[in-house]
This record gives sequence, C-alpha cells and structure tokens, in this order.
Amino acid sequence: MSWIENRFEEGLIVTSLDWAINWGRRSSIWPMTFGLACCAIEMMAVGASRFDVDRFGAGAFRATPRQADLMIVAGTVTFKMAERVKRLYNQMPEPKYVMAMGACTIGGGPYFKNGYHVVKGVDLVVPVDIYIPGCPPRPETLLEGLMRLQDKIRHQSIAQDRWTGVKEAALEVSGAPTTA
Amino acid sequence: MTPEQIAEVLEERFGDRITDSNFQSAHPHVFVAAEAWPEIAVFLRDDPHLRLNLLRCISAVDMLEDDELIAVYDLCSARGSVTDGRLWTMSNAFCVKIKVPRENPHIPSVADVWRAADWHEREAYDLMGIVFDNHPDSVTDADGRHPRRILCPDDWVGHPLRKDYRFPMEYNGIPAVTEYGQTRPVH
Repeated sequence: MSWIENRFEEGLIVTSLDWAINWGRRSSIWPMTFGLACCAIEMMAVGASRFDVDRFGAGAFRATPRQADLMIVAGTVTFKMAERVKRLYNQMPEPKYVMAMGACTIGGGPYFKNGYHVVKGVDLVVPVDIYIPGCPPRPETLLEGLMRLQDKIRHQSIAQDRWTGVKEAALEVSGAPTTA
Repeated sequence: MTPEQIAEVLEERFGDRITDSNFQSAHPHVFVAAEAWPEIAVFLRDDPHLRLNLLRCISAVDMLEDDELIAVYDLCSARGSVTDGRLWTMSNAFCVKIKVPRENPHIPSVADVWRAADWHEREAYDLMGIVFDNHPDSVTDADGRHPRRILCPDDWVGHPLRKDYRFPMEYNGIPAVTEYGQTRPVH
C-alpha cells in the first residue's frame, strides 16, 4: 500500500489497522491450483474432507491467477513450464505468496543430479515464501506450511510494501536484464 | 505368420532393399534401407496377407561406437490376415529397423501411412535427433526442416537422450546444472 508507506513513523496508528487487515488476509488466503505432478494429489487431499483446508479459509481454490493470493507450486518444474510459472506469478495481484511444495520445487528433488530438463528449485524462477519438504509432503505438512504462512502474514505491516522490489530481485536471479 | 515368413514375402518383392535380418534374437527384426522405406511401409500395410496396419511404437537407438542411429518400428496386425480369417488378433508381429549415419540422420516419414508415426517421429527427433523428411508437422529453422519438437521447448538446443549429450548450463536465464562444470549424468 504505497499511499501509506513512509508517511508516518513506525508503528503510528497503523497497528490496529494492521491487525485487522492482516487478520482478514491470513484468514482468507485463496490458493491458485498449480498442481504440476504428484504433489498435486496431496494438495487435493488437503482440499478434501479429511484434512479440510477450508477451515483455514483457504478452501476457495481459484483457477485463475488474477483472483488468487497464494500459488502453491506442487510438483516438478521443468524448463518448459518455468516460463509459464513466471508468467502466472506476474499475473497475480499483490499481496501474493508462493509456497514451494515438495522436494522437486525446493531443490530439484530426485532429479537433482541427472535431470537435464528440471529446474533445480522453483526459487530460481519465482520468489518463494514457504518451503514444504517431503516427497510428497503429508497433508498435515502442507497445513503446517499454511499456518506458518499465516504467521508470516500476521507480522506484516501495511506501511511496508514487500512487493515493489520483488520483480527486480526475481529478474536479477534469473539473469534477465532489469529496468533498474 | 511368423516373422520369417513375413520377411520372405518382403524379400520376394523388395529383395535388394532388405539389407540384414536377425530372427534368433529376442526381438526378431529386419534391416531396411532408408530410401525404400515409404514404399515398403505401404506394402506392409496394404498387402492382403500381411496387413500390418498397427504401428505400435517407433524407438530410436544411439549406437555411439558404430556412429549410427537406428530407428525401430514395431508393427502388428490389428486384424487377422486373410489367410487366418480371425478378427482383432494381434497376430503378425514384425519389426523393421533402419540404420542412418549420425552426422546426417534422415529417414523419410511414414506419418501418412500409419498415423501413430506422427508423434513418435516427433519424439524421436526431439530426443535423439533423427530427422524425418516430409513429416506433416515440420518446421524450418537453423537445423533445417525437421519435425516440431514434442517434449522439449521449441528453442531447446541439442538432443537429450544421445550418449554424448552435454547438459545445458542454463536455459533462458535459469541456471541448469547442479555442480559447476557438470556436463553429463553422474551415476
């Protein structure tokens, strides 16, 4: 929220507003369905009745990035897919978060040594907030990751905008020319 | 019909184009010259005694020490032949192999003979580099006219399943190897 950024000193007035806004944001994280491979099955299990993710407010999986807050990258990212991952991440409106689910998205997973077409970790493509280990992670692990993300959102402040520098940082990592 | 009988029928008709054959191995096959392949393919599919109308699979083999690439076509009949009279039997299994040199691997496409060859030839080009001429889904670029890639992105360089393939260091800005200087799989 750049209109409020740096206008007031730290902590002035915005605290209770922060609390309310953060409560709203963390209690209604709408994920984008981005199941690429086997981790998608566990993500579906999280969305189903036993490990219900709807009780966290995150049950409304949106198929379009334009309406989603959270991109759960569930599955192996190949080079062909990495371009699309970048494009979809850019299409998400802020505030947006990325969750790297499973070993493949954290660091290449079982394809680490010999995968010629696997991106060794989706953080080479988009900035990641939460890493969820496992191959595939149990649904409870994904829910733990979601709760950690909620904690992260709880400590955000609307007076600081964490997304302005993200595009430049992501472009730097990928080696593409930046505007700066 | 056994593969030997099928090979006899073939040799009657195309004696000089059949270069080699081996019926003792686990995969009895016949080698065919690449230029004659479309003619032989149409004959194999349409002859009333053979009717090899189902192309199960095209495989590609990289023979690095002989400097050759081999394309392996597995054929069978989805129907019984005229002499058998049975319907829908997978009888008449046959295998045709074509050897091409590694520097200039061109084989005429048989996608208009068996529709299954369409995607299989695209995959054989993508991963092994065998160029199929006159493929219905061809593109022209720096490597000439070749079938469009099917698994790797269109601007991928190289053919990954060749034995001398070197891993890319990066692709469109995304780093691609796990250890600095890694060029081949590590076992």
